[in-house]
Amino acid sequence: MSGPGTTPASSPRYVLTLETTCDETAAAVVIDVPEVISSVVASQDALHERFGGVVPEIASRAHVERILPVIDEALAKAEVSLEDLSAIAVAHTPGLAGSLLVGLVAAKSLALALDIPLIAVDHLQAHVYAGRLAARRDIYPCVGLVVSGGHTSLFRCDSPLDFVHLGSTIDDAAGEAFDKVASMLSLSYPGGPSIERAARNGDGSRYAFPRSFIDDETRLDFSFSGLKTAVRYQLVGPGHADFAELELDEQQVADLAASFQEAVVDCLVAKASLALKQAGLNTLCVGGGVAANGRLRERLADEAMQSGFELIFPPMSLCTDNAAMGAIAIERLGRGETASLELDVRPGLVREPTAPTGG
Amino acid sequence: MTEWTFLAADEQDTERLGAGLARALPAGSVVGLDGPLGAGKTRLVQGLATTLGARREDVVSPTFVVIHEYAAEKPVYHFDAYRIADDDEFLELGPDEYFASPGITLVEWAERVERCLPRERLAVRVEVADTTSRRFTLTAFGPGYQSVLDSLAADLDGRST
Repeated sequence: MSGPGTTPASSPRYVLTLETTCDETAAAVVIDVPEVISSVVASQDALHERFGGVVPEIASRAHVERILPVIDEALAKAEVSLEDLSAIAVAHTPGLAGSLLVGLVAAKSLALALDIPLIAVDHLQAHVYAGRLAARRDIYPCVGLVVSGGHTSLFRCDSPLDFVHLGSTIDDAAGEAFDKVASMLSLSYPGGPSIERAARNGDGSRYAFPRSFIDDETRLDFSFSGLKTAVRYQLVGPGHADFAELELDEQQVADLAASFQEAVVDCLVAKASLALKQAGLNTLCVGGGVAANGRLRERLADEAMQSGFELIFPPMSLCTDNAAMGAIAIERLGRGETASLELDVRPGLVREPTAPTGG
Repeated sequence: MTEWTFLAADEQDTERLGAGLARALPAGSVVGLDGPLGAGKTRLVQGLATTLGARREDVVSPTFVVIHEYAAEKPVYHFDAYRIADDDEFLELGPDEYFASPGITLVEWAERVERCLPRERLAVRVEVADTTSRRFTLTAFGPGYQSVLDSLAADLDGRST
């Protein structure tokens, strides 16, 4: 394999990567340095801001309509043709079954037609790999924190492809809490950027919101549902109320946003630090859409300075869902781990039942 | 009966109601859940699904991915229509296949997709009574669900108001 500074013995291997785990339809062309040659994301946030500040189009139809133009654009930007490709990679887990299927079927069709290998990508491993791409060097072993609208999880990452799950949210994901609290405050979707913006002029200590599990050193889990409910009580008290009819002054919104954001960030910083300590590791890599939050970046940078660990954040464009991070496929290709055309989607939430409780 | 009210004093009570539903609902049931953000809809599903043997850590909010499936005694399908824009978008997810399956299907934010739900179903409305207590109003649509409410009320007797 060629690397920077060496003369490649042969031309690089091009891999097309596809990502359709949830809302975004994305494709990228990467080479085995690894390096990203082109990356295209058809995001639906801006197009589909709808009632209540929510609801991008989630139907698989949207992916079906977008996947081929997105692939064409990724190839065109990279100035390669289908015949130049050495492999097709696709994120097949976790996500929404119907959405995952669109990417998988497209990838399988291309692999079959071009007679090149198919490579399976784990979306969460790819989010951490975005940090590897940004760092342009090996970052493993590290602790990976993936924090987005759909996930809030900590992993011990022994290598790009070997993850041990350390903890997760037990109810809402952090990004989901941002979206829902933004909706309560009549702020725009997506909630991450709008809360962050509102919080800039706010007092993060004005409201004492709960920080679940923060003092419990025995677990690396998160819970943001109670925090969401606490914001609700602060706003309307018990009883049914229409948030849209609330009259809040700007300072109140700013203080609520800042206090909420501070509570989320406190939990993420505390558990990431605890995970590093417990795993005996010195590198933290953060991925996922919430990793774009400026306050989280600031607070983790402070913590890294104080505790002396190395902090890796991908650039914003690699935090939210994208196919460039599918460059992790290069690692699988290197290991010779190609997938068969029998590869199926794994939405990721079907697991074996435990013995029933209750009766 | 066609309507039954359960007053949950705290989250443990909400989970007890979920456990009661797990015992009372036959395979193939469909339950719609409505109530404001933070009312405890997901908590109710956690009580139901874990009683059927799903792992507690697996039962989390499906807002982002829209559908979660939990392997259990009877499979549990956990929908969340919070991000669904219209009926078409919901129907594209193939909900009828879930409704017709021998599992238990729960739909959070059901009123957003009401016209897509089976006529016969159980509707659960959650109201926030005070900071910890919740009022659950269960309405049966169809005779099958009326007997579900009868057995549920007998099972959780003494907790109802």
